[in-house]
Amino acid sequence: MANLIPVAKSVGSNKIVPTISIPYPLGDPNTPKEEQWKLRYHRVGVALEALTADVKEQTVFSVKI
Amino acid sequence: MKKAILYINQFFGQIGGEEKADFPPEIREGLVGPAMELQKQLGDDIKVTHTIICGDNFMGSNTEEAVERILGFLEDKEFDIFFAGPAFRAGRYGSACGHIGKAVKEKFNVPVITSMNEENPGVEMFREHIYIFKGGASAAAMRKDIKKMADFGRRLLNGAELLSADEEGYFGRGIRRQVWLKEPVTAADRVIDMLLKKIHGEPFQTELPIPELDKVPIAKPIKDLSKAKIAMVTSGGIVPVDNPDRIQSASATRWGKYDVSNLERLEAGVFKTIHAGFDPAAANDDPNVIVPLDVMRAFEKEGKIGKVHDYFYSTVGTGTTQGEAARMGKEIVEDLKAAGVDGVILTST
Repeated sequence: MANLIPVAKSVGSNKIVPTISIPYPLGDPNTPKEEQWKLRYHRVGVALEALTADVKEQTVFSVKI
Repeated sequence: MKKAILYINQFFGQIGGEEKADFPPEIREGLVGPAMELQKQLGDDIKVTHTIICGDNFMGSNTEEAVERILGFLEDKEFDIFFAGPAFRAGRYGSACGHIGKAVKEKFNVPVITSMNEENPGVEMFREHIYIFKGGASAAAMRKDIKKMADFGRRLLNGAELLSADEEGYFGRGIRRQVWLKEPVTAADRVIDMLLKKIHGEPFQTELPIPELDKVPIAKPIKDLSKAKIAMVTSGGIVPVDNPDRIQSASATRWGKYDVSNLERLEAGVFKTIHAGFDPAAANDDPNVIVPLDVMRAFEKEGKIGKVHDYFYSTVGTGTTQGEAARMGKEIVEDLKAAGVDGVILTST
C-alpha cells in the first residue's frame, strides 16, 4: 500500500494499492474519525482481496474511496 | 613505507591455464606477474610485499576453504592495502577477487581495490563491499586497469580528498555522502538549471538517478483468505514510544517486531512514528493510519481473514539504501515464514 506508485513500481512491488498521502496513508486527520475508518477499511480490504488475485504482471488495484 | 599485497589467479600467477585452475592458494614473497606493473605504478612509497595466487576453480568450488587459507597467510603479515586482479571480463576470476577482497576487508579492515569489466558478474556481487574499478574486457587493458587501481590506492593511503564513485571511476557502492559544493549553488537553483536545460533539449544529469527496475517474482495468490494468517509490515517507522530496538529515524539498518496479540488497535501515546521523512503529527495521533490494526481486527472478526499475525514489523524507509532495505526485507520474510504467515499488508509512507 503506497502513495508513490512509481516508486513502488520501480522497487518491484507486484500488487499495489494506492494510499492517500505520505504522512497518513490510511486516514486523513482533517476528516471525521468515522470517515477515516471507512477509507481505511475499504483500502485495506482491497489489499486483502489483492492477495488472492492471480496477476501476471505488476498491478495497481483501484480503490473507490 | 606502506605495504600492499596482491591477489591473482593461476593464469596471471604463471602457474598455468584452465588445466591448473584447481591450484590451491599460495603466498609468495615479492612480485609475480601483474604485481610488477602494480609496483611500478604505485611508486616508491608503497611496496608490494607479497603476491597470493589461487586457481579460479579452487576458489569457486572450495570458497570457504580458500578464503580461510588465504586469511591464514595474511595473519602475520603487515599490510596497509589489498589489491586483487584486475579481472577484466573473466567471471570466475572476478568472483574470486570479490570473495577474497570482501573477506580481507572484513577481517583486516584495510581498503581493498580491484578492477572488473562492467559485464563481469563479480561487479553486482561485490560492488557494495569493495572498490571495483571499471576495467577493460581483456588483459589488453592490464596496464590501464592497474594504473587506475594504483592511482586510487596511493591517493587513499595519502589521505587525499576523494571524489564520488563516478568521478573516481569505480562502481558505486550504494553509499550516499553529503558534500559541500566547491561553488555553492542551492538545490533550488540547480533544479531550475536542470529544468531550463530540459526545456532547451540540452543534456543534464539528474542528482537522483532512479535505479533500474528490480523485478521480484510474483507470489502465489492466497486461495482461501478466511483461513489465512496475515501480517502487517511497514516502512513508516511505527514503534512503541520508547523505540526499544533503537531503529534509526533515517538511513535505517535495523527493524523491529512488536506484539499486538492483545491489542484491538494501536493507541496514541503507546505507539508513535520515529520516521524523520514526514510530519509525524497524524501518525502519532493515530498510528492506525500507518499500521491498520483496527480494521484488520474487524476483518478478523468478520471472518474475512483467518487471523492477524501476533506481531507487526517496522523499519524506517527514508534515506535507507536499497541494499539495506533488501537485507531487512529478507530477514523479515524469514521470520514471517517461520511463523506460518500466508500474506502481508505492507504500508509505505
